[in-house]
Amino acid sequence: MAIAADEITPELIAEHGLADAEYERIVAILGRAPNLLELGIFSVMWSEHCSYKSSRHWLRRLPTEGPQVICGPGENAGVVDLGDGMAAVFKIESHNHPSFIEPHQGAATGVGGILRDVFTMGARPVALLDSLRFGAPGHPKTRYLVDGVVAGIGGYGNCVGVPTVGGETTFHGVYNGNVLVNAMCVGLVAREQIFYARASGPGNPVVYVGAKTGRDGIHGATMASAEFSEAAEARRPTVQAGDPFTEKLLLEACLELMRTDAIVAIQDMGAAGLTSSSFEMAARGGVGIEMDLDRVPTRETGMTPYELMLSESQERMLLVLRQGAEGRARAVFAKWDLECVAVGRVTDSGAVVLRWHGEEVARVPVAPIGREAPLYERPHERRPAAVPIAALDVAAPLAPGEALRRLLGSPDLASRRWIFEQYDHMVMGDTVQRPGGDAAVVRIHGSNRGLALTTDCTPRYCAADPVRGGMQAVAEAWRNLCAVGARPLAVTDCLNFGSPENPQVMGEFVGCIEGMAEACRALDFPVVSGNVSFYNETDGQAIWPTPTVGGLGLLADLDHMATLAWRHGGLALVLVGETFGWLGCSLYLREVCGREEGAPPPVDLATERRHGELVRSLCEAGLLEACHDLSDGGLYVALAEMALASGIGADLRLPEACDSPTAWLFGEDQGRYLLAVAPARLAAVEAAASRAGVLARRVGTTGGAALTLDGGDAISLRELAAIHEGWLPALMGTP
Amino acid sequence: MRAGVITFPGSNCDRDAAVALAACGAAVTSIWHAETELPRLDLIVLPGGFTYGDYLRCGAIAARAPVMAEVARRAEAGVAVLGICNGFQILAEIGLLPGAMISNAGLKFVCRPVDLEVATDASPFTAGYARGQAIRLPIAHHDGNYVCSEAECRRLEDEDRVAFRYMDNPNGSTARIAGVLGAGRNVLGMMPHPERAADPRLGGTDGRILFQTLLETLG
Repeated sequence: MAIAADEITPELIAEHGLADAEYERIVAILGRAPNLLELGIFSVMWSEHCSYKSSRHWLRRLPTEGPQVICGPGENAGVVDLGDGMAAVFKIESHNHPSFIEPHQGAATGVGGILRDVFTMGARPVALLDSLRFGAPGHPKTRYLVDGVVAGIGGYGNCVGVPTVGGETTFHGVYNGNVLVNAMCVGLVAREQIFYARASGPGNPVVYVGAKTGRDGIHGATMASAEFSEAAEARRPTVQAGDPFTEKLLLEACLELMRTDAIVAIQDMGAAGLTSSSFEMAARGGVGIEMDLDRVPTRETGMTPYELMLSESQERMLLVLRQGAEGRARAVFAKWDLECVAVGRVTDSGAVVLRWHGEEVARVPVAPIGREAPLYERPHERRPAAVPIAALDVAAPLAPGEALRRLLGSPDLASRRWIFEQYDHMVMGDTVQRPGGDAAVVRIHGSNRGLALTTDCTPRYCAADPVRGGMQAVAEAWRNLCAVGARPLAVTDCLNFGSPENPQVMGEFVGCIEGMAEACRALDFPVVSGNVSFYNETDGQAIWPTPTVGGLGLLADLDHMATLAWRHGGLALVLVGETFGWLGCSLYLREVCGREEGAPPPVDLATERRHGELVRSLCEAGLLEACHDLSDGGLYVALAEMALASGIGADLRLPEACDSPTAWLFGEDQGRYLLAVAPARLAAVEAAASRAGVLARRVGTTGGAALTLDGGDAISLRELAAIHEGWLPALMGTP
Repeated sequence: MRAGVITFPGSNCDRDAAVALAACGAAVTSIWHAETELPRLDLIVLPGGFTYGDYLRCGAIAARAPVMAEVARRAEAGVAVLGICNGFQILAEIGLLPGAMISNAGLKFVCRPVDLEVATDASPFTAGYARGQAIRLPIAHHDGNYVCSEAECRRLEDEDRVAFRYMDNPNGSTARIAGVLGAGRNVLGMMPHPERAADPRLGGTDGRILFQTLLETLG
């Protein structure tokens, strides 16, 4: 074998982020010391980002199956059945570290990567969502990061022409040194047209398509697998640069070629680029792949095999074609002005063999790199549960109206218009529910059915009680889908945590997974795809545990879609669910009382399910004029959001025996919805609730141009709108 | 009506325009930018998007596409040509319409429905509206700030060639201009997206009137 043996020093091993035991395992697999190229390959394949070595053990606890699941975790994205021969392909992924170092490109390439994960499976992307967590609004870097991340997401998605329809944005000091950018993409595909990344057929050509390879992003996956320090800015060269125009061409070219029978397997070159795409496709198919790296199109001179295998240049795909289909593929990619080069072929050797100008420069067996990949059951410590706070122990420093003003203009509740108006959320002509509602709804093109989409997580709940927080994240996503009238189908998750080597962080991770698993099972809401992002900490300061849940649901008939906005006065407001007045961990406690403490609200999954199913059946029966789930800020905030969306006010009636109006108005008890019902339909709604054993009581009436409480304490909608719309533009200094 | 929608590399509202036209009863053909000959057409649409990634200048590279010479010839022969958003930028680049687009005054991409005034009803595109009628169409652009010289602007006004005006200027355009007609009145460029307001499910039908009017005036 003509593999040059490099001198592999302990320093080199450490620089590649490999532990000594991991290096020994590499030597055992190869039966010899690796050369530098092979060391680089192992280092990215066994990075936390690619191997899930600290999380795999726990991820097995998440339910991943159900009659609706066509493809669960392990492929480029998850696939669920939509009926009528259609399927949805979707996934969420983090791009946290790159976005902190270079917000515009970091966020843009996050969008690019998740789009490719979806269209590599044959689906046309139809929607994007983004879950963003920034540092304190007053932190000196926050404005710069918000500005760059939002422009980066918009710049990429707008150009590719996929609408960015939803997501969430919150602010807290725990993210000062480590923002979170989680991008979710959803695509549509005919059931029998799904493509998988499973190489097969020895002799079949392996073809490189898309943009040329440069030196950008080398070791990006390794960077995503280490903690940050103040010196992080110096890592800017490891952030990739995105080109959405090339992505658009790649999308159209791939979908065009997929309409023929030319493609056997296809995978995008994401993290760890050519390495992960070749090894993962070979591993799934149980075959080998050999490649001549000197054939890879490059945009810089003098690139080495090491750089070619580890580059994370964007907008590239690796294809396995049927023999004889190369000409057809070349014609399609030439039409779209893209590279299409045969760089190798499938073999039955079970190894990836790399050549450089005819000389073999690496030979790595495929199966062991996955089978023998490190798996760590890291020590984890449970934190003592946060102590519940009794509602009567919470002072009411402000009158309810003042507290509402404060909350609606607070960082986590203020309008996100400044953000979503920078995203083209209407392109493709199917956005039937725009940003600002409980869930975005995108019509399934050419039909009267729709996909409901949401991302949710309440990190402050997860920090106070990981199990409950994990449960709540799933429950809130489920609730948001029910609130527009959709049947929730499945989940994609993006688990953002600090260092897994810290037992407390690992305890948070394990707790969140347990809570999520329980909720997913109870709600028949399996996890079909996702991503784990560890090491979200800077100088030892970890972020809050943030398991973002991306939920997807199906609306069988768009005529029965619910929205926040009511269109008439005189409608009855009906509160579904029981209100205990849970103020622990609430936004009221934080924004009005300046206290960040207490246990988060309990989540009763059986109740959650009963309430969600009732609300959905009411939507389907056409009995609702408007519907909104209750979450951050509780009932009064939800009512204000509905009134602002409507442009019509409402009067809210406090219950007769109300110990703490504050707790009733602002408590964050789970499993609740606020409905607007026409008087003629009120009896039917109440009867349905009673049949389902669900508490639903009338709490007010719509009408007027203000919010009133028991007929008094009027706050004009005009004033509320100014407060609600004003905060983010004021922070950013631009309208 | 036979309508052709041109797809350039980076066009992304081509399908939306085709759907809106077909819903009004037009026979729609998709045309690839590399074509040099066109079938018989009553209407040519240059759709929105990011042709060539907006590199160099919005629409500058697409204006040099092989198909554009034939589009210009058809326009001179009186065929109706509609440029929406990036299509408007291409028409300005090739000189079928006066003026040019620069970055929005706020320097940000803006996607939202805006209120417009129909400034003229004297064209095959706008005859279905009343002069002065208020309509609402979505915009979605980063470079929609229309600029032209004072003399040019006066000429557009004198010749009644301003098709649409923003009520509340979202991008800093000269004289609040949102759409202009060519001298022959058969070429219209507009930044707002009528195809995004052609389906009641999407929140408005003010744009549908434009397509229906084309069908009525062009057969």
